[in-house]
Amino acid sequence: MSNQNLVSQSEVIMNLKDINLSFGGLKALSEVNLQIKKGEILAIIGPNGAGKSSMLNIISGIYVPQKGVVEWKGKIRKKIAPHNIARMGIARTFQNIALFKGMSALENILTGRNILMKRNLIMEMIYMGLGRRQEEKHRKKAEEIIDFLEIQAIRKTPVSRLPYGLQKRVELGRALALEPELLLLDEPMAGMNVEEKEDMCRFILDVNEQFGTTIVLIEHDMGVVMDISDRVAVLDYGIKIADGTPDEVRSEQKVIDAYLGAG
Amino acid sequence: MDWWFFLEVFVGGLLSGVMYSLVALGFVLIFKASGVFNFAQGAMVLFAALTFVRLLEMGIPMLAAVGITMVIMVILAIAIERIVLRPLVNQDLIILFMATIGLNYFIEGMAQLVWDSKVHVLDLGIDEYDAFEIGEAFINKFDVYAALIAGGLVLVLSLFFRYTVIGRALRAVADDHQAALSVGIPLRTIWIYVWSTAGLVALVAGAVWGSKLGVQFAISSVALKAIPVLIIGGFTSIPGAILGGLIVGCGEKLAEVYLGGFVGGAIENWFPYMLALLVLMIRPEGIFGEKIIERV
Repeated sequence: MSNQNLVSQSEVIMNLKDINLSFGGLKALSEVNLQIKKGEILAIIGPNGAGKSSMLNIISGIYVPQKGVVEWKGKIRKKIAPHNIARMGIARTFQNIALFKGMSALENILTGRNILMKRNLIMEMIYMGLGRRQEEKHRKKAEEIIDFLEIQAIRKTPVSRLPYGLQKRVELGRALALEPELLLLDEPMAGMNVEEKEDMCRFILDVNEQFGTTIVLIEHDMGVVMDISDRVAVLDYGIKIADGTPDEVRSEQKVIDAYLGAG
Repeated sequence: MDWWFFLEVFVGGLLSGVMYSLVALGFVLIFKASGVFNFAQGAMVLFAALTFVRLLEMGIPMLAAVGITMVIMVILAIAIERIVLRPLVNQDLIILFMATIGLNYFIEGMAQLVWDSKVHVLDLGIDEYDAFEIGEAFINKFDVYAALIAGGLVLVLSLFFRYTVIGRALRAVADDHQAALSVGIPLRTIWIYVWSTAGLVALVAGAVWGSKLGVQFAISSVALKAIPVLIIGGFTSIPGAILGGLIVGCGEKLAEVYLGGFVGGAIENWFPYMLALLVLMIRPEGIFGEKIIERV
């Protein structure tokens, strides 16, 4: 919440207008408007099945809404191939950890720099020196991220052997390796204990502050959401019922009803 | 017991096992990257060997023939990605498997339509009957060279997977499609790389097998020998494919020589499958395979 005043005046980097999404006859989102402002931490919350994940998948370009417009930095974004999302500067983590199980923590983070690496097989194979120089450059950046996330001790450990909380941290590291403008976190604290949650909160705030990364997150833990977000958008049955600062949202009657199951 | 003879059979078995490993390697590459059991690998071996031998018969020098065949295998890989894999993306793996069965017949037919179905002699310049003498044992020279070629190929492949950007991207795709996409790795390009690599392995396997047996239709059925190798070594492991091949090669030769007499011979043909069955009962994922852990 530190830079909240700055955020409220800053530019909109993604503007989602009148988003409608349905799967067959099932309406997941209807007429949702949402703006993502540069440098903010935006939380999308709501009861189960409210359309949070659908919204995140629209932001990340995996789903294309049947009706509505997605503007990315002032330009209308058309359907994009899933592997090109990273190139737009959008990185993400997954609800069920999706790490490269066969690799070490360091290799996972290095792989996150995939789009920043030149891939020239012949050069890599023959002029090992040139390949090595590139590797060293990216390796340095990866080590910075490792220091930042305080996972020095496990950098060479295969990720499948790490405890859950650390796996989530490595996944965050891999997303950061992309040097994204917009970072999407799908339930970054699900299944964590209190200590792990506190660590994760601190990293999210630090990423936002130190790198200026815009962050959109989905989270169930209301306490956490209210603590770290600059702004909260609430979805219920595919409709946006509230959007504002944590305090504004907390006192909104519709939100209370949605969470208590009334109305 | 004649130990020199035992050594001869043992080493002979190891060396012929390397040839099985070569075929199994092609399967492992594609299975690792996409989870698809590529039934057409045997047909690819046949196609590569036929293309190679026909180019040689046209009087093209060997290195150039290798190069041209490789280019053709890459074109084949691109075509397979475009025509077979891309329309079936996100389908069940069993459907992709069925597609590779179709692909198998298509490639077999095409190989013989474009080239022909005669038996061709492939001479790599190594005398097939020459042997090294170690003590009182004879070790076939050709088998030794074949093993060296296979070993070199495996070394190059492991370096490629371990140290190059593309190699790392390949491993990333093998581990998690969704995550690979999220860091900007295009699955389609990766599939083309994988199938091309499998094509290169098919060419090496085809050349080695072809010069031993003659390039003929029967080569495509050596792929069947790869199945026990894969079960024993594990479907997802390159070292597993090598070790599995050695176990199968050694096992079948030793069994033929030392047990064959008791059960009337010709056990070489079924022994590997029995071995595979045993492994399945004790360790279903194979010796080097990824352990299958189901969460409940």
